[in-house]
Amino acid sequence: MDAATKTLETGTRELTYAQAIQEAMAIAMERDERVFLMGEDIGVYGGAFQVSGDLVERFGPERVMDTPISELGGAGVAVGAALTGLRPIFEFQFSDFATLAMEQIVNQAAKMRYMLGGAVSVPLVMRFPAGSGTGAAAQHSQSLEAWLGHVPGLKVVQPATPEDAKGLLLAAIEDPDPVMIFEHKLLYKMKGHVPEGHYTTPIGKADIRRPGTDLTIVATSIMVHKALEAAEKLAGEGIEAEVIDLRTIRPMDRRTIIESVCKTSRLLCVYEAVKTLGIGAEISALIAESEAFDYLDAPIVRLGGAETPIPYNPDLEKATVPQVDGIFAAARDLATGVR
Amino acid sequence: MTGKAKAGTASANGRNLPFIYRRYDHAQLREALRKMHLIRQFEEGAEESYMRGLIHGTMHLSIGQEASAVGMCMGLSNEDQITSTHRGHGHCIAKGADVKRMFAEFFGKTTGYCRGRGGSMHIADVSTGNLGANGIVGGGIPIAVGAALTAKKLKTGNVVMSFFGDGANNEGAFHEALNMAAIWKLPVVFVCENNGYGMSTSVARSTAVKDIADRAAAYDMPGVIVDGNTLSEVAEASQQAIDRARAGEGPTLIESKTYRYRGHSKSDRNRYRSKEEIEEWMNSRDPIALYEAELMEFGIIDRAGIEAIHDEVEREIAEGIEFAKQSPAPEIANLEKYVYTEPA
Repeated sequence: MDAATKTLETGTRELTYAQAIQEAMAIAMERDERVFLMGEDIGVYGGAFQVSGDLVERFGPERVMDTPISELGGAGVAVGAALTGLRPIFEFQFSDFATLAMEQIVNQAAKMRYMLGGAVSVPLVMRFPAGSGTGAAAQHSQSLEAWLGHVPGLKVVQPATPEDAKGLLLAAIEDPDPVMIFEHKLLYKMKGHVPEGHYTTPIGKADIRRPGTDLTIVATSIMVHKALEAAEKLAGEGIEAEVIDLRTIRPMDRRTIIESVCKTSRLLCVYEAVKTLGIGAEISALIAESEAFDYLDAPIVRLGGAETPIPYNPDLEKATVPQVDGIFAAARDLATGVR
Repeated sequence: MTGKAKAGTASANGRNLPFIYRRYDHAQLREALRKMHLIRQFEEGAEESYMRGLIHGTMHLSIGQEASAVGMCMGLSNEDQITSTHRGHGHCIAKGADVKRMFAEFFGKTTGYCRGRGGSMHIADVSTGNLGANGIVGGGIPIAVGAALTAKKLKTGNVVMSFFGDGANNEGAFHEALNMAAIWKLPVVFVCENNGYGMSTSVARSTAVKDIADRAAAYDMPGVIVDGNTLSEVAEASQQAIDRARAGEGPTLIESKTYRYRGHSKSDRNRYRSKEEIEEWMNSRDPIALYEAELMEFGIIDRAGIEAIHDEVEREIAEGIEFAKQSPAPEIANLEKYVYTEPA
């Protein structure tokens, strides 16, 4: 068991991240007749990542609906269903395929309520298996959450743990507005404590996974675990990193980040998506515009994905996104003043 | 074309009477005429207000297409839903919206259907089942299929009608949506209002098939062509499709062949079509003139009755514009309202 998972295991019952999502969907469908699943191969196949698993056997093909390979049309059907009284959970087989459905997500789902002056709402959940590390190369490995985070009208979350995967999904289903959930594919098999029954994790609230005083590391999704692992190593050198799991990128929990930076005076942002014009830029600007700016003792550091498509070769692929050693080195240099 | 019976060949008491004269009483037939006038005068009023600087932005007028909007909606109930297009004023009125609140929306006022946030291109009235015009060509088609999925799952008995233009039939959304509606046998009617041009590009230049209705074959649903300027033909094909949808037999694609007199939007210089072509449609195929001639021939209305409708509509339009002028503008402080649902 590595350091990261040890920190997270506080209870007894363990589920994988994928099982936690499946449990959330089952609970939601049990509680609310209007909730149903749509997606490609989510029925008898169980979903490309076995997230829906055998739900079709429990709830039937009417509520676990296989769609044709029609991301744009399927997303539009989900928007129309949400607009008229149902609560669809739409699974993209890979988050990359959101590019085929951007019209419905960005122009329709996100703006419908506003365009109609509040006359309607779109209680839609979309799930996006995202991220690299599976050898699937450039068109099946992207992290596009910042694209959608740029759109007013959407909420965008990135659960990092099984517990949050379940809690944020249940919160998303009960939310009156469209919520986009980016799930890292490498986390699906990660195990962790998951409370039984129904509970929600608040959207728009970050979580301090590890308190610390010497620097703040704001991380998203799988990078939370890498940051926690790096933080354990840093502790061995006497550096106490505070690790914030952002959890929601829109609306962002600005207060938690600002307060942490006021305390530590140093900020490192770690995320898998392409570094420029992304979440790190937003968090850096947030600090530059806030009272925390006056507390900074060093320039802000961003660690993000390389300016390249995700390559196939495993060594190249690994080099594309931040890893524990890189986070450790960047954090140590930031905390000790080495530039 | 369906509805072969034409006014000239029909006898007033015979079985060959066009569909609407068999289906609707005189008051309903006169109401259909009133709605066609209301659409035309609404758009003329909106155009004039735009010219006078009272409405900003742009708008897409459907003058010349009134029979299509009214005829398609005649068989729909208030609970049945529609999705519409950027050229959607006629659909909105045909479905039952109040022109006062439509004008108010065009004027950007809080009393508008969208509280001034949507304008012409996003006009909607969910209380009469209009889920909204749409600024994206083909954007409303999958949404209509989703609404039909709701109708099927919740067993509401509602039918959803999706309006779109000839341009949309070359969008992927059209094909994906028709396929899903067919495989799931959803209660939806697809209405392609073919006015000959997607902005400036003619159907002949943009579309591989001569008749868009032929595309229905690819999705194993009926494809029906109607003369979109003849109210009865439109209403008959629409009713058959609505009945089929409500009976759970699945979707239909109707191609309504019509024509818009005005340009695509306010930037159009009409360089892609001839004056003669426009005049030919206006002078010999005007949907309101055709319907009025039919009504008079069957003794359902006389010239004075038509004038009374015209005058009544004129008053309603003037009142609508006045209501819009007098309505309050949104407060800047409320700019970000309606982006998200406010906590209860």
